[in-house]
Amino acid sequence: MYSKKIVLNFPSQLVGKPLIYRLSKDFKLEFNILKALVNPEEEGLMVLELKGQKAEYERAVKYLQKEKVKVQTLSRDVSRDEKKCVHCGACVTICPAQAFSFDQQSRKVIFAQDKCIACGICIKNCPYTALKMSL
Amino acid sequence: MMAKTIAQINEKIKKGKVVVITAEEMKRLVRKSGLKKAARQVDVVTTATFGPMCSSGVYLNLGHPKPKIKLGAGKATLNGVEAYCGLAAADIFIGAAALAEDDPRNKVYPGEFKYGGGHVIEDLLKGKDLILEASAYGTDCYPRRNLKTLINLKDINEAVLFNPRNLYQSYNVAVNLSSKIIYTYMGALRPNLGNANYCSCGQLSPLLNDPLYKTIGIGTKIFLGGGVGFISFWGTQHNPSVKRARNSTPLSPAGTAAVIGDLKQMDAKWLKGVSLLGYGASLAVGIGVPIPILNEEIARYTSVTDEDITTQIVDYSKAYPKGTGEVLGSISYAELKSGKIKIMGKSVPVGCLSSYFKAREISQELKKWIQKGKFLLTEAVAALPGPKSGYASKGLKIREVKGGE
Repeated sequence: MYSKKIVLNFPSQLVGKPLIYRLSKDFKLEFNILKALVNPEEEGLMVLELKGQKAEYERAVKYLQKEKVKVQTLSRDVSRDEKKCVHCGACVTICPAQAFSFDQQSRKVIFAQDKCIACGICIKNCPYTALKMSL
Repeated sequence: MMAKTIAQINEKIKKGKVVVITAEEMKRLVRKSGLKKAARQVDVVTTATFGPMCSSGVYLNLGHPKPKIKLGAGKATLNGVEAYCGLAAADIFIGAAALAEDDPRNKVYPGEFKYGGGHVIEDLLKGKDLILEASAYGTDCYPRRNLKTLINLKDINEAVLFNPRNLYQSYNVAVNLSSKIIYTYMGALRPNLGNANYCSCGQLSPLLNDPLYKTIGIGTKIFLGGGVGFISFWGTQHNPSVKRARNSTPLSPAGTAAVIGDLKQMDAKWLKGVSLLGYGASLAVGIGVPIPILNEEIARYTSVTDEDITTQIVDYSKAYPKGTGEVLGSISYAELKSGKIKIMGKSVPVGCLSSYFKAREISQELKKWIQKGKFLLTEAVAALPGPKSGYASKGLKIREVKGGE
């Protein structure tokens, strides 16, 4: 199973089109909407996680580009400074994607980067400024 | 069993024959071998905590410049953060929660409090140069009126960490019953019981392993921020008279201790500036306290586990700020550590502000110090006020001020 997180920027005339439906119907891609800012009369932005066949994913991206959607892979990333982190757990309940959890044995906070949706909520909530967004 | 004395334990430390284990190890040993045997075998149990403790600060003696300046009743900042100048000519105090005058605070809500007194203390400890800016009114013996210089920990006379309230014996679990997110010293609390945050190291915490202050008292030598410190007094808001469980641990926040130690001996690994979103700046302090196992009673106290220590759940959207004293329920540290608790029928994820991981490291570090013979125990010179002392923490009663015109 191929999986990729992408950022879609689409012009205002496309906001009314069922693009995401097409991704699922025509390319058999499973989608998970991580973030969506879509207003009528305005440009839209959507962060998606897509899962499916790699060839289908590539065809889907071509389709979106043909429809004048700007497609970028999600390159923002939250990283943790291991020297600064004290494993308190202030991030554990603040993360909407449950990317942080306690290891019951070590009592360390485990950061599952694959669950992270790079929303950045944890960054200001970390008392030790141990988390940062890298581009 | 024959009761031991601290002097006998110190003899064993000097001879390298002391048996010292961490509070976590003590719980396992008592479960395995029973209380009697554990009490006979073990001489010292090390306890520890690590977390934000706002009532912390450092007093400094800077040495006198030429010509001299009287900082007392003047003004001083360290890296822009305001220091207190109500002392003698060359003494200043920097508190963990202090901010720069131009810090936006909560004007842009929630404020970020990126650099406050706690961060100044951490930078000082790390050996960084700090910018000292000061002004004074000038006297015959202290003519200088302005001063701007770099200072460094290695050059100043004294830098003493002196914390009026640390080592809280248990603490609240904070939740939010309102419909919008709130930012507190217990972290961000999501609306409608979206999360619950606690701040205590539970079964590793010093005062939860000596709930009636039988060995921890004024003069007790401790691990403070990686150096050697002392308990200097009972802490502010010390509140020993609260309700207690049958194992003598309190059911709500209770005792506290004031601590003191030479900052120059400490290590930034155990003393860290903290930014609490929407709340303010603070300092995270690591403290370890040795408990001499003088008899079976003290051994029993140190065998207490997270299952048997409970604390109270408080709504920080209303009950806490208004001071109503209303409590939503009680919960054990074992349940809190499981990561999910039930409050008012709802399953609530649990976060934490203190670090059990760091506290465990401190308890192991202090254990090593004692095993190597570089840390001897002290006899307390006076006890902290206990549950039967009548000592209790009070609120502030607001009284009308008359004739102000």
